[in-house]
Amino acid sequence: MPPNPSLTRRRLLASAGVGAAAVGLGGGGFLAGHQLAEASDDGTGSVPFYGPHQAGIDTAAQDRLHFAAFDLLSEDPRELRELMRAWTVAAAEACAGEMVGSVNDVPLAPPEDTGETVGLLPSRLTVTFGFGPSLFEKPGLGLAAKRPAALRPLPPLPADELNPAESDGDICIQACSDDPQVAFHAIRNLARIGRGTVAMRWSQLGFGRTASTSRSQDTPRNLMGMKDGTANIRAEDTGAMERFVWVGGEGPAWMRGGTFLVTRRIRMLLEVWDRAPLQDQERTIGRHKYSGAPLGGTDEFEPLPLEAERGGHPLIPRDAHVRLASAKENGGARILRRGYSFTDGVDESLGELEAGLFFISFQRDPEQFVAIQRRLGSLDALNEYIKHVGSALFAVPPGAEPGGYVGEALLS
Amino acid sequence: MNRDLVRTLLCAGAFGLLALTAAACGSGDETTTTEVAEQVTNPKVEAVVADYRDYLQQNADELVATTEPFVAAVVAGNLAEAKALYAAPRIPYERIEPVADTFGALDPKIDARENDVAAGEFEGFHRIEKALWEEGTTDGMAPVAEQLQRDVEALAAKVRGVELQPVQIAEGANGLLGEVSASKITGEEERYSHIDLVDFEANVEGSEAAFEAVKPLLDESDPDLAAEIESHFKAVFNSLEPYRTEDGFVSYTELTKADTRKLAREIDALAEELSQVPAAIAGDE
Repeated sequence: MPPNPSLTRRRLLASAGVGAAAVGLGGGGFLAGHQLAEASDDGTGSVPFYGPHQAGIDTAAQDRLHFAAFDLLSEDPRELRELMRAWTVAAAEACAGEMVGSVNDVPLAPPEDTGETVGLLPSRLTVTFGFGPSLFEKPGLGLAAKRPAALRPLPPLPADELNPAESDGDICIQACSDDPQVAFHAIRNLARIGRGTVAMRWSQLGFGRTASTSRSQDTPRNLMGMKDGTANIRAEDTGAMERFVWVGGEGPAWMRGGTFLVTRRIRMLLEVWDRAPLQDQERTIGRHKYSGAPLGGTDEFEPLPLEAERGGHPLIPRDAHVRLASAKENGGARILRRGYSFTDGVDESLGELEAGLFFISFQRDPEQFVAIQRRLGSLDALNEYIKHVGSALFAVPPGAEPGGYVGEALLS
Repeated sequence: MNRDLVRTLLCAGAFGLLALTAAACGSGDETTTTEVAEQVTNPKVEAVVADYRDYLQQNADELVATTEPFVAAVVAGNLAEAKALYAAPRIPYERIEPVADTFGALDPKIDARENDVAAGEFEGFHRIEKALWEEGTTDGMAPVAEQLQRDVEALAAKVRGVELQPVQIAEGANGLLGEVSASKITGEEERYSHIDLVDFEANVEGSEAAFEAVKPLLDESDPDLAAEIESHFKAVFNSLEPYRTEDGFVSYTELTKADTRKLAREIDALAEELSQVPAAIAGDE
């Protein structure tokens, strides 16, 4: 079969016909380094796949998510290497707005690219890969010695009600984009490429970002109607990124410039929340609902008055979510949050909306998350309205250079 | 790859198994009859087609032979025996199902599920299956059974004259796996008797036979793909083994979601590779 150059999705549409699509290598070239907030969110922007860090972490949070966790079916290290190589190439093509694969116009062959993004813009797609603790426990792969000390399964945490079918996984892929179909397409095509080597264990769509990861972005609201992530780390704060997000000399060499990814599927009991008086909602979180300002304040970004009192009681209640999650109350520890709202139809047993927050955080050490969640899980007033039903942890290796592949330093 | 040849084959109905003649392809297409003729006279291609036609014929004959005692039991009103004999003709039928599909009305007459056809037109294997298992009787089934016998005989006669091209045989191999994914792994095919795993295995056997027929062509164009597909076929058959019983397979109703998920995963892995074959052997020409 004659290999055809990759087809650029937009150009394919413009060309006279699929069979005549003898176009050159698509646009979107691979720039060194990451654009942070520069990529336009009007659809035309693309985020370079290759770079020192994987994209999708310090990238300004896109609006949509498709996240998938996979079980590895083989313990042959060569197969895993080939998979990561093929996934890297396909992910880079998709992020550049090109069609995946080279066989897309042969009448007798199923097209390699599934086609639903033809005519769609790159839409700032990012694809981020991670490796779960269980990957390092497969004897055939021989990775035990390379396992980062920090990559231990998350301990049981207070208020956990985890469903194993919605938790964990050997490998994860996070696809984020401003176009839901572009994010879906990335996961679908990568799952297809992996067929026979990996099986999808669970996947989660997110329909709206609940975090800002750049100063250029407004703070979005979660499904409780509250501004979420006001105090988040911003990618422009490179000092905080180095200190709290990127793995440094403490990690094994293959993890330097990487990070650890935690996901928590947090089901919100929206019917209960919606019946709570406004004042209770605000005291539960510790912020005013509409302005996002700390209780007693007027501006979203004013510092939390954690010491302030009114009538002998703390202005921000002791069990308020923002207090317990604040860096000050957690020994200075911070995490980069990058979560999404989700809904998955109707809860079968209750007939209520199955909806909530698909929490994603990136941190240099999972212990940062564990310490915060231990406090939240046992003390947070918000626990009345939420349940953690899914949980996973992944080591996210640094980015790849063109010609290399994600995870190469671990797997080669 | 020869694009014209591919187009002609496509035009000739590569999504079914039956070759229409190139001349029937309609106007506007610069029909390349000569190339088709060249392919047909290629001895290796002829051997492929002959091999697979033998397989079709054997299974069509077996279908007729195993339907006879089943029909006799139904006509005689012997419920237990009819149930015991139901699975045997299902196997050869499911092995060559995509061929039957191309004979228009015969497939629905023989193999339709109740929701596939208009009310009052439900006949064939599954109508009798419903009577035996759900209604617990053979009452009223004698004419249905006798018609079924005539229909499978008509099918066998048509199979004798079928014309095929290797690409269509390879497409048929894919089609059979599509059958597994669409209706066997979901338990929809044999919804009263729950012998879906019997059909599952027969579909995969038929797919393997079609693949083995075209394999000599694939060995030349892409031997690695051929080897991978063979190992995936083994994996699929192995994945069925835990469910095998003395006289067939466990009932579909005994499978857990984890069981069906594993079976589906093996089928998907095989099908993804197998779907590359038609283009790979067409490129060989």
